[in-house]
Amino acid sequence: MDVNKIRQDFPMLQQTMQGKPLIYLDNAATTLKPQSVIESTKSYYEQFSVNTGRSDYDLAHYVDEEIIAAREIVAKLINAEAEEVVFTSGTSMSINMVAYGYGMKYLKKGDEILITQAEHASNVLPWFKVAETTGAVIKYIPLEEDGRLTVEQVEKTITNKTKVVALAQVTNVLGFLIDIKAIAKIAHKHGAILVCDGAQSVPHMPTDVKDLDVDFLAFSGHKMLGPTGIGVLYGKYDLLKQTDPFMTGGGQTAKFDLCGDVNFLAPPMKFEAGTQNISGIFGLKTAAEYLLEVGMDKIQAYEEKLKRYAISKLKKYDNIKIYNENSESGIITFNIKGVPSQDAASFFNSHGIAIRSGQHCAQVLIDFLGEVATCRASVYFYNTKEEIDKFVEIASKAEDFLDVYF
Amino acid sequence: MSTFKLTPQLMRAIIMDHYENPRCRKTPEDLENYRKINMNSSGCVDDIWVYLKVENEIVEEVYWEGEACAISTASTSIMCEMMQGKNIDDALYIIDEYKKMIDEQDYDESVLGEALVFMNTSKQPARIKCATLGWDGLLDLLKELEEDE
Repeated sequence: MDVNKIRQDFPMLQQTMQGKPLIYLDNAATTLKPQSVIESTKSYYEQFSVNTGRSDYDLAHYVDEEIIAAREIVAKLINAEAEEVVFTSGTSMSINMVAYGYGMKYLKKGDEILITQAEHASNVLPWFKVAETTGAVIKYIPLEEDGRLTVEQVEKTITNKTKVVALAQVTNVLGFLIDIKAIAKIAHKHGAILVCDGAQSVPHMPTDVKDLDVDFLAFSGHKMLGPTGIGVLYGKYDLLKQTDPFMTGGGQTAKFDLCGDVNFLAPPMKFEAGTQNISGIFGLKTAAEYLLEVGMDKIQAYEEKLKRYAISKLKKYDNIKIYNENSESGIITFNIKGVPSQDAASFFNSHGIAIRSGQHCAQVLIDFLGEVATCRASVYFYNTKEEIDKFVEIASKAEDFLDVYF
Repeated sequence: MSTFKLTPQLMRAIIMDHYENPRCRKTPEDLENYRKINMNSSGCVDDIWVYLKVENEIVEEVYWEGEACAISTASTSIMCEMMQGKNIDDALYIIDEYKKMIDEQDYDESVLGEALVFMNTSKQPARIKCATLGWDGLLDLLKELEEDE
């Protein structure tokens, strides 16, 4: 993997912020886009700007073919079948589709939904809604002291009343990689389904839904080099058939007559009411191709190395507190003694470094960490050791955070 | 204030002093005599209450309480201290001038006192909200008061 060559593909990496070369370390929030993704997204509006679904003329046929190809490439990325890939607006919509279309339909009073304190709001709030509507109960699987979720704890918490286990494969604040395969096995043994939030994992490592045996997997295009507003819900085909569409109407989602008899089309079409985000699908296809070309195993290995390197350097400073030293992903959650996280983020900004401060959409984690807010730096495969060096240097000087105002 | 030069060192010292020892930071015991407003920002941790007591057109007391970063803590602390005893018109004038300063417009520096330490906030546009959170809260309370009368 030639990082310097890869960096040439990303126009944002040629930019400056506050007059300094941009060091982008907010990849858990969204990733930068390579020129090829920008071009294919644009190509839809410049060259193929027609609607799908009829193929009566050449342009429409081309767009239809591209969408089929996009579904196939995304399926290849996660080792699924193309008809198990539903296009959505992103992870939040994907999880909501499962919560509303499956959870609301099948859960009953007293059933249990298992989540953890480390989940992103998009894997918490839809389940709260399911619980509120159906009378099901939310149960939190206890985390280890360092924030890790173990298979043993899942085993201790799950019961035969559990119907849904909803977990992020990698959480967005602490970044621990959980053993989804083992947890899926436990869930299935108890008759529950496993809903996996893959927003922070699919972009960063090889994913094999067949091997993991997850029932649903949600992820976002924009966190894996793709455009915003496009994402994926993977579901086992039988489960997709049992799931109700959360939105009905436009496009080819159903055959119906004046008597109100409605026959929904087979998945994935029944979930894709209305004209889709076609340019987003074009961009997502190119993004998935780009990732497959680089190699997900290489991406994972490189990011892990970069994270280890950053941690080993940061640890030398007593004023930097790291909350997730041992987690596997490229997410580093930290605070600088005496500097509120937001003020630290401004200090990094003044040196051209983009990191994120705050609660990172995982507000239930705050009790766990005992902190109101943290700083989060997150890498992707286009980041370099030199960028980490600069990041650490600035972190070590952040006590001067007020300098940015003078 | 305008008689000596506001150096970066002095500005830093003033902000740190208000951040580490915030003034007027409490929830008043006789809360029923106060107008109050919650100011927060979905984009960050800032989540504060501003409390105002006005008698005979005079700002008798302004307090604040809550979770805030260094910039919003210091700016709200300075504001509360400055506003005690001002009549409403003066208070509104000061807020207006402060906001002009933050927006890089011409402003009357003679009324801003220690609040001048935030004159360069526009260098970090993402933090303008922090530097104005408490000020916007007081402004809303004063407007609400005028509407009620």
